[in-house]
Amino acid sequence: MRHVFSVRIGPIGFRIGSDWRTPIDQLAGLYRDYPAPHDGVPDYTVRLFAARPWRRFVRPSVMIGGDFVLPEAAPLPLAQGLLAAEMGMNLQMALGQRRYLLLHASVVERDGRALLMTGVSGSGKSTLAALLGARGWRLMGDEFALLDPATGLVHPFPRLISLKNQAIAVAEQAVPHGRFGPLMEGTPKGSIRHLVPGVDAIAAMETPAMPALLLFPSFGFDAATRDVAQSEVFVRLTQASTNYVAMGERGFTALTRLVKSIPAHAIDYLDTDSALAQVEAAWADLGSDLGGRHE
Amino acid sequence: MNDGWLLARALCTPGDTLALDAAGWTDLLAIARAEQMIGTLAHRLAGLPVPKSVARILDDARASAEQGRIIALWEAEMARRVLTAIGVPLVLLKGTAFVAAGLEAGQGRSIGDLDILVPRDRIDAVEAALLAGGWEWVKPDPYDDDYYRRWMHELPPLIHRERDRMIDVHHTILPLTARITPDAGALLAARVALQPGVHGLSPNDMLVHAAAHLFADGDLAGGMRNLWDVHCLVGDFGTDGLAERAAQHGLARETARALRLAAALYGARVRLNLADRLYLRRLTARDGWGWPTRPFTRFGFYVRSHWLRMPPAMLARHLWTKWRKGGAGPASG
Repeated sequence: MRHVFSVRIGPIGFRIGSDWRTPIDQLAGLYRDYPAPHDGVPDYTVRLFAARPWRRFVRPSVMIGGDFVLPEAAPLPLAQGLLAAEMGMNLQMALGQRRYLLLHASVVERDGRALLMTGVSGSGKSTLAALLGARGWRLMGDEFALLDPATGLVHPFPRLISLKNQAIAVAEQAVPHGRFGPLMEGTPKGSIRHLVPGVDAIAAMETPAMPALLLFPSFGFDAATRDVAQSEVFVRLTQASTNYVAMGERGFTALTRLVKSIPAHAIDYLDTDSALAQVEAAWADLGSDLGGRHE
Repeated sequence: MNDGWLLARALCTPGDTLALDAAGWTDLLAIARAEQMIGTLAHRLAGLPVPKSVARILDDARASAEQGRIIALWEAEMARRVLTAIGVPLVLLKGTAFVAAGLEAGQGRSIGDLDILVPRDRIDAVEAALLAGGWEWVKPDPYDDDYYRRWMHELPPLIHRERDRMIDVHHTILPLTARITPDAGALLAARVALQPGVHGLSPNDMLVHAAAHLFADGDLAGGMRNLWDVHCLVGDFGTDGLAERAAQHGLARETARALRLAAALYGARVRLNLADRLYLRRLTARDGWGWPTRPFTRFGFYVRSHWLRMPPAMLARHLWTKWRKGGAGPASG
């Protein structure tokens, strides 16, 4: 391919090739503090290419390809090329990853222990992760939690934080000195703007953490916190995992171990300030029973 | 510029990969994934002192293939239960047969659908039993459904509604419209028991089927993997009586070509004719990004595959119908 960029995010190396220069330049800028893949050999290849040769120039339209692809994935306009690259990387993970059990979750860490937040798109997990990241937590990722079946640890995957719609303004205000990508409007998910994780998050992206708490945030409801039964947690997490079935017994063992070893709460919230207070309260509750908690 | 030959050489002489640099490994892994042979590659390179990042990727591929093997055998067991109940023997084809028989060709092999062969006069009973057992039709299009039933060598594909796995129920190994008509009765009669209630084709019939699948049916997509199957089957069973058996099925030319190309691709010195070289050019048309290359060669083989499948007037009608539906075109994979 004409234009190439390689990067490592947490333990995973990517090679992104493109028919166009712009998305590659944008990636190189936003990921400039990230290292290259281990040994120079990426785990996955992503290709951004024109559906037909002339579509490189005339109404350029970016198709997403790579080692693993969804046949029905629709092309994006060139102005959303960065989004196409990010989607391509997510797609490789979602379809191809077998080393770690993937949970669609954001993860932050404090004192070596990880807080996982999972929920449907729009539940606010990316926003909360970005805000917690600006308040002294270490951001480990806003898209996938990488659960290692061998150790039970969660590995960081701090790719660009994908902010959507109202969350963009919230994050711009909360992280005024943050590095943001271009604002992309009219994407399949509305407006999207990427935020580069803080230098601490990037510097510590080799360091995994032991899961300590699982939250299910829901935006748009009166503030409330309730416990979630292990059976419900298990089912919700199987649905939040893209490779649970493909991982077979290793996936089942990893997931049951996680579900049995950490408490889980659902958090309803109307505004981010109350949500952050609820998160901190749930985390503080944890402190009291940490000493006695064993697997 | 690397192409499919990089993968072929890695499979036949794994030790040579140790000379690869980072770019060479990157290309090799991308090509192996695109050809759905990374599990096979991982199996062949097991134990070699490859770079750490490569070792991790290959470990994952081996684990993935092992999980695929378990799922494929479980799906075969599910089909066995349905077929046994109506007195039809389960005869496995392709990948699932290789892993059920513990053959070299099944080591690390990626397995998609479950392919089985049943007697043509029992096909209605088999379909009814599968539908009752939780499988359902995939193709809602009436033209496609009718086309399969009238002209193809298999039922329209079925998928299990809970396990999400496809089953291809064949009653012979080439479309009814093809000029060659293999002896389906002989395939079933010569079946060999792999496990209680589970059968595979005889070794020679497995080879003939691989050749039929590659040269008389498809447009050579997946050809490197198909020829690796042939290469391994020849290694396991030899070729005694193969030529006679291939002739009985009307596939002497295709089987001989499969043997030549498998040998040439995977390391032997073979005399190749001009057409063979063109086939190899198509089979290895893949760049270091896993991207299909040589579009004109590909298109030529795509047209040829349809030409072999059906008479000209029917081909024109079929392509016209498919084109209006926006479905026809060479497979990019």
